[in-house]
Amino acid sequence: MIESLQLLIDVSLLAFLVIIVFASIKMTDLFAVTMLFGIFSFVSALLFLDLDAVDVAFTEAAVGAGFTTVLMLSALRLTQPYENVKHRHSLLALFIVTLTGAALFYGIADFPAMGDPNAPVHQHVAPEYIQLTQEKIDIPNVVTAVLASFRGYDTFGETVVIFSAGVAVMLLLGMGQVKHEQEPEENMVLWVVVKPMIPLILIFGLYVQFHGDFGAGGGFQAGVIFASGFILYSLVFGEMYARRVMPAPILPRLAALGVLIYGVTGLISLLFNKPFLDYTALSSNPVSGQHLGILLVEAGVGLAVFSTILLIYYSFSGREVNHNE
Amino acid sequence: MNELFGHFNYYIVVILMMMGLYIVIASSNLVKKLIGLSVFQVSVFILYITFGKVTEGSPPILTDNTDVYSNPLPHVLILTAIVVGVATTSVGLALIVRIQEAYGSIDEDDINAMDDKDDDHLEKKV
Repeated sequence: MIESLQLLIDVSLLAFLVIIVFASIKMTDLFAVTMLFGIFSFVSALLFLDLDAVDVAFTEAAVGAGFTTVLMLSALRLTQPYENVKHRHSLLALFIVTLTGAALFYGIADFPAMGDPNAPVHQHVAPEYIQLTQEKIDIPNVVTAVLASFRGYDTFGETVVIFSAGVAVMLLLGMGQVKHEQEPEENMVLWVVVKPMIPLILIFGLYVQFHGDFGAGGGFQAGVIFASGFILYSLVFGEMYARRVMPAPILPRLAALGVLIYGVTGLISLLFNKPFLDYTALSSNPVSGQHLGILLVEAGVGLAVFSTILLIYYSFSGREVNHNE
Repeated sequence: MNELFGHFNYYIVVILMMMGLYIVIASSNLVKKLIGLSVFQVSVFILYITFGKVTEGSPPILTDNTDVYSNPLPHVLILTAIVVGVATTSVGLALIVRIQEAYGSIDEDDINAMDDKDDDHLEKKV
């Protein structure tokens, strides 16, 4: 019964996704396309939830539906919010797409059916991870255990990628500065509604950060949620005030500090003759060593993601509109 | 019912993927191209998460109530991929903003036309 219900939700959400993308293909108003993409992200977050991927759903809702939409809107402010109406060589595109799609459809026929417990993907390392999480790490959330401990190398690499992306955006656009003291439009309703929301968002961000071992959440989600509190403040009360609370020049240093915390946690294990990122070295008891290691690493990830996301936002929002005609 | 829909997710993933690809090829607007790329990206996310699903499994957060969990590994891969994805998208958008400032347009055809004109001009000078 529950399975059929899950399947029903799955099918209807997927149908929704197709309709949303189909609608955005023909649209030329880029604001509308951006909003549709926000809806697309949110619906796919619901789909991830339906497919048991709670951590992924969390991330997609915070990043895809939240931050990406704000980012695209601020990019549209600096460019043009409309598309020239001409779909060039769309027949050729249709041909290529149909051909590729047909090849992929052919390949899919050999896939194991969805949910098959005997599929090859479930025979590899996954059962091991679930069992070892119980024995060696002793935290309930397997995703956090795999992310921060078993696959700590990958996550370290990804944190560095995010940091580099932040640096790249900063190099391309600069950190921006609000020169004239511009007051935002007075909007009493927004002010009253948003003001009590901001502390709640920040507290929720901290909760997600430190509760990631036990339930859905972790450094990646917490960083984005924490940053979105500041972004909301900046959008409603004016960027000048946001920059006073969290000045832009601090952010690259914080991002670097986050990556540093992660790296140093790994290096400490080397000092005790253990492999890089082996947290059992951090304490006399291997299990509490793992707990400490995961806490430190997640803190590093959270700090790096928070400051990079906010830095990217400042870079876009602080840039003057400069149409070179 | 499950046999009928066993591959449904995969087919929709391919359809979404191809729609994203179509936007990337057919649209000449750079922002829209980037949105097409993001649609493509999300379709890959859905593919991975569908791989991880186990029938009658529960989310991979250990409890005493069940022994069957969905596969946590795709979740980890996609979780980090989403955050990396937004970081790379922002680099793409930053490049587009710089293109707008240099050319006054974010339409690929216009930009190519301007480049061609510049090239002709240079050749004449030489």
